[in-house]
Amino acid sequence: MSQATTSLLRRGHDLARPAVQLRILNDDTETSVPSFTSQISSAGLHPLRPLTIATLQVNLGKQCNQACKHCHVDAGPDRTEMMSQEVMQHCLDAVDVSGITTVDITGGAPEMHPHFRWFVDELRRRNVTVMVRCNLTIIVANPKYADLPEYYAHHRVHVVSSLPHYDASLTDRQRGRGVYEDSITALKMLNAVGYGQNESELLLDLVYNPPGALLPGPQQALEQDFRRILRDRHGIEFTSLHCITNMPISRFLDYLRESGNYVDYMEKLVAAFNPAAAASVMCRSLVSVGWDGVLYDCDFNQMLELPVRSSSRTIAQFSHEQLLKRTIVVGNHCYGCTAGSGSSCGGQLVVDPSA
Amino acid sequence: MYYDSKDLKKFGDIGRFQPELAEKFFEWYGAVFAEGALTQREKALIALAVAHAVQCPYCIDAYTSETMKLGCTEAMMMEAVHVSAAIRGGSSLVHGVQMMNKVDKEMM
Repeated sequence: MSQATTSLLRRGHDLARPAVQLRILNDDTETSVPSFTSQISSAGLHPLRPLTIATLQVNLGKQCNQACKHCHVDAGPDRTEMMSQEVMQHCLDAVDVSGITTVDITGGAPEMHPHFRWFVDELRRRNVTVMVRCNLTIIVANPKYADLPEYYAHHRVHVVSSLPHYDASLTDRQRGRGVYEDSITALKMLNAVGYGQNESELLLDLVYNPPGALLPGPQQALEQDFRRILRDRHGIEFTSLHCITNMPISRFLDYLRESGNYVDYMEKLVAAFNPAAAASVMCRSLVSVGWDGVLYDCDFNQMLELPVRSSSRTIAQFSHEQLLKRTIVVGNHCYGCTAGSGSSCGGQLVVDPSA
Repeated sequence: MYYDSKDLKKFGDIGRFQPELAEKFFEWYGAVFAEGALTQREKALIALAVAHAVQCPYCIDAYTSETMKLGCTEAMMMEAVHVSAAIRGGSSLVHGVQMMNKVDKEMM
């Protein structure tokens, strides 16, 4: 497996365009995939509506120190899109006037944003829970990030970090050479300030996503393996493991098509459709805001440029009441969140039906 | 002998000619692979090894995917295949005892 070191956009790849991805995903002549809308209709969930808006997921931009093979954001060192401080202020204003209890900060590598710490400071001053999707290697990428563990601990930030496998080779093939070793160093630094320790209030969750065209296995069994092996080999502790299914969009879609796995993967997702997981998907309890302030039902819709179906279209126009009335925009990529035990940004949604 | 990997997906239709026995088989099969005294992953690794012993391409495809899905590393999977190969090799070799018994009986 070769390494992706530049974004699809930089490579001038067709799949950098969301319209091209959507055309492939909705082309039923290539696969025998029934439309996601028909599937949730049969489950009595159409149109899909929000239950609440407890979480604001903020994507600060596409810049990242890594260029992972499966990245649904098409992020990387060559991307420059970044949220303005004005849009960040609109996010804070939205938190002030809504019942949002959690702000989930993602990217790219959100820590690379020049106003990242100002934003976290302001959020914590408002007493909301702050989650940061930290890729781990950023902590050791440059001395200016080396104090992130202390900074996170000081603000009680909930750290959610990708570690696709406890096997170094499987991790590096997905995320880039040397990522496993740097991730282990960063995890030890987080542990050293109290993260992930038994009964610690400093939460350190790991994210597993399969290192190929596979669906994730049962979360509980994988968590036990991760815990045992990371402890025995490296003395590392963590809070929980989240299993996340790779979404068939952007660079993972490119991988699926290049490796000849696209049709099989989509068929696996459809065969594993689980109505219980569909009822619990994250888009029913969050709103996602892009670097330019546009609102989406989730980070995946954001990357496919499918904005919310609401008069409240940007974070500057945020209206809790209007957004609660919206219908959620769905497409065949949504099979990624409803397969098996379900997925989403928070990992497995329901108890594994096969267990 | 020929195989088409797409045929694996048709396994569920095996009850078309004899539904009752197929239903019993799949119920038993599901119970065998459920978590028990052995974990799902241990059972999947045994299945992968047996698949190589019986040289069934459908089973090899199915349990390669299943073991990867359950978090097995490539090293674990290959060690399972070596267990299968060692037992197959050993089972030939151990019959050498029978050969030696015969030799001992009939030769001076």
